[in-house]
Amino acid sequence: MTALTQPRFLSRVQSRVPSRFLPVIATFVVFVLTFGAGAVRYEGFASGQVIANLFIDNAFLIVLAVGMTFVILTGGIDLSVGAVVALSTMIAAATLEAGWPAWLAVLAVLASGSTLGLGMGLMIHKLRVQPFIATLAGMFLARGLCFVISIDSISIKDPAFRTIATETVMLPGKVAITYSVLIALAVVAVAAYVLHLTRFGRTVYAVGGSESSARLMGLATGRVTVGVYVISGFCSALAGLLFSFYMLSGYGLHAVGMELDAIAAVVVGGTLLAGGMGYVGGSVVGVLVLGTVQTIISFEGTLSSWWTRIVIGVLLLAFIALQRLILYRQRDL
Amino acid sequence: MTESPPLVDMRGIHVEFPGVKALEDVDFRLFPGEVHALMGENGAGKSTLIKALTGVHPLEAGEIHLDGAPVSFPGPAQAQAAGISTVYQEVNLCTNLSVAENILLGREPRRFGVIDGRTMRARAATLLARMGLTIDPGSALGSHPIAVQQLVAIARAVAVDARVLILDEPTSSLDTDEVAELFRIIRVLRAEGVAVLFVTHFIEQVYEISDRVTVLRNGKLVGEYATSALSRIDLVSAMIGRELGVLEEVERRSERRSADPAPLLRAEGLGRAGAIAPFDLEIHAGEVVGLAGLLGSGRTELARLLFGADRADTGRVLMDGEPLRQRGGPRAALAKGIAFSSEDRKADGLVADLTVRDNMILAMQAARGWARQVPRRTADELVEKYLTELDIRPANPDAVVGTLSGGNQQKVLLARWLITRPRLLILDEPTRGIDVGAKAHIQKVVADLAADGMAVLFISAELEEVVRISDRIVVLRDRHKIAELSGSAAGVDEVMELIASGSTKVEALS
Repeated sequence: MTALTQPRFLSRVQSRVPSRFLPVIATFVVFVLTFGAGAVRYEGFASGQVIANLFIDNAFLIVLAVGMTFVILTGGIDLSVGAVVALSTMIAAATLEAGWPAWLAVLAVLASGSTLGLGMGLMIHKLRVQPFIATLAGMFLARGLCFVISIDSISIKDPAFRTIATETVMLPGKVAITYSVLIALAVVAVAAYVLHLTRFGRTVYAVGGSESSARLMGLATGRVTVGVYVISGFCSALAGLLFSFYMLSGYGLHAVGMELDAIAAVVVGGTLLAGGMGYVGGSVVGVLVLGTVQTIISFEGTLSSWWTRIVIGVLLLAFIALQRLILYRQRDL
Repeated sequence: MTESPPLVDMRGIHVEFPGVKALEDVDFRLFPGEVHALMGENGAGKSTLIKALTGVHPLEAGEIHLDGAPVSFPGPAQAQAAGISTVYQEVNLCTNLSVAENILLGREPRRFGVIDGRTMRARAATLLARMGLTIDPGSALGSHPIAVQQLVAIARAVAVDARVLILDEPTSSLDTDEVAELFRIIRVLRAEGVAVLFVTHFIEQVYEISDRVTVLRNGKLVGEYATSALSRIDLVSAMIGRELGVLEEVERRSERRSADPAPLLRAEGLGRAGAIAPFDLEIHAGEVVGLAGLLGSGRTELARLLFGADRADTGRVLMDGEPLRQRGGPRAALAKGIAFSSEDRKADGLVADLTVRDNMILAMQAARGWARQVPRRTADELVEKYLTELDIRPANPDAVVGTLSGGNQQKVLLARWLITRPRLLILDEPTRGIDVGAKAHIQKVVADLAADGMAVLFISAELEEVVRISDRIVVLRDRHKIAELSGSAAGVDEVMELIASGSTKVEALS
């Protein structure tokens, strides 16, 4: 018995400041530091509107990162999201041009994104295809379909879309945000609710921790594996809609490489690429870090925007190294 | 107790994996309120039987009755729903989730469709208290030692109000106190009428906790016994078996061999916590040393330490009187002429998709370094030589190894190491799962190699085989070296006696 009561003390010390929160805390510190650096260096940087703009400019990326968080939490990856964003802008633009009512166009976009996700999820679960390969196929398919619809950019003239895109909501302190931001934040809230308070969400974590264990525990691993890709597909479609509000056009070359931004945001946000550890809140902060870096570089004015990529690359490396360290610490226990 | 009908009644169970009969016509009964030990060596079919019961493996033939009614479970979830809970050898829980979630996930308390965290932690705490655990249910499972995780796994199994609790080697990661604690819990459950199926390879534990024993060997049922009526020696012989007269006798040569006084390899106080207690061992050139002991007695662990595959905590290994580099690992051992043919030829040995030739040349090429390719002609000559010498069929160097039978695969692996001309060859279970003819052939090759001056460390679960082939036998039990026998003292009965003599447990070494 002595051997069994001792861990009580151990667990107190080690799980009160749980190592699982460490990456998120680290991300938040990085965000505060980068933002602080910007505030010190540039006049007018530390304003409410700059923060609001971070959300406005990255609302679609937040939604994308939320879907990606689900997938990565199970230990998977979804490379198709950028292409699905492009496809969504295309479907929206094309259907609106054909005279569909806005609500029907939105529905069509969300349905096609979810269906694509379902297809990839089934491929991964039923045929045991590597997520990397299945979603790579999905990526090519979605990107290709864009150009089947049209090779050129189609602009969106639908009044409803235009209204949502340009209308702003005033917050106290004369800070304006768009509807996109509200939608993105709602998605984050729903995602956090699902991940932490439902059996589906906890099973997502269980599958990421150990899929075979989760199966032997009698959990519905198959449903979850397919489900996260459907969620990611849905989020990509929704992000596509937000992106079309942002760009007011549909184009097959929109959002090229955006899947990598989403993955970077999730990883910088502290989610373990191997799965099982991470929070949507972290992914949001991850997006904000990426956005802040971009904002600083645009404030600087003289730097090429490619510096954003370099800084993000360095951050990614640092965070992956941090994850390894935490894993080692756990193994040593 | 045996008056009441069995809770679980498995009859005529057949399970087949591609090319292998894993279980053949096995019967198994489990009564409420009993602890039933399932015994057998590696590959005897214990885990397969459990997985057949819990719906992980489909049955080829046979039927399972639960409470007198025929059942068939498509998966573990359905078996669990029927009250059959399993705790597997490796803790099959998610270390990234909280303790409470690990216990209750899948049947967590919910309020308005949302997981009710507070109720869940409270319920988990109650279950943990029953296990004598006072850990925080909200803490991450991964922050606790394996022993605690094991008990959490049992708490999960008990949480379903299990009628049948299957414990697959639950004690292999526990220390003495923890085992005592586990047994206390098992007794409580037994008193509550739970039927407990207990798999272990520790004989003492069988006698301590179980009411009845079922022994399997090579996928077949050997028998079902009342534990109190079965002597240790009978249990061991039921597990290991005797294949008298099946194989031609390989002549024992120990008498005529002039033992070189200086040992080729000497291990001094070599040991590793949790693997094997410190031991001394000498192996001379031209000698076959056998390692005997039950599964889990530390056979493979000992071999891996000698080879440097695992790092030793204590002691050292000397080749020709010179110590091997501590941190040199397998490369240092290979450089000194030690070769290790591993137990698991699929996972650690052969590359199934390469040809016979490539597999054989692999170790030699590795020894030469990648820059200097083995000349095609040398390779062909060597491969040709061993194809004939070891009688590998088909004798086609371009055949893909994965298509060969188990026995021939084993011979290819043997050839790989022979090509490197080792001075000490460690063979871990070289004859497991292969047919009798190939077995006899490998034994003969081993004897010939020793006659030519190679030192061989021979590990096998089959006692008969070890006794027949070895000049000297090292007996292991519960991760301790307990004896070394040679000459006429090294007979099957003597070794069996030693393995079974649990009462004189050698505690001093630990």
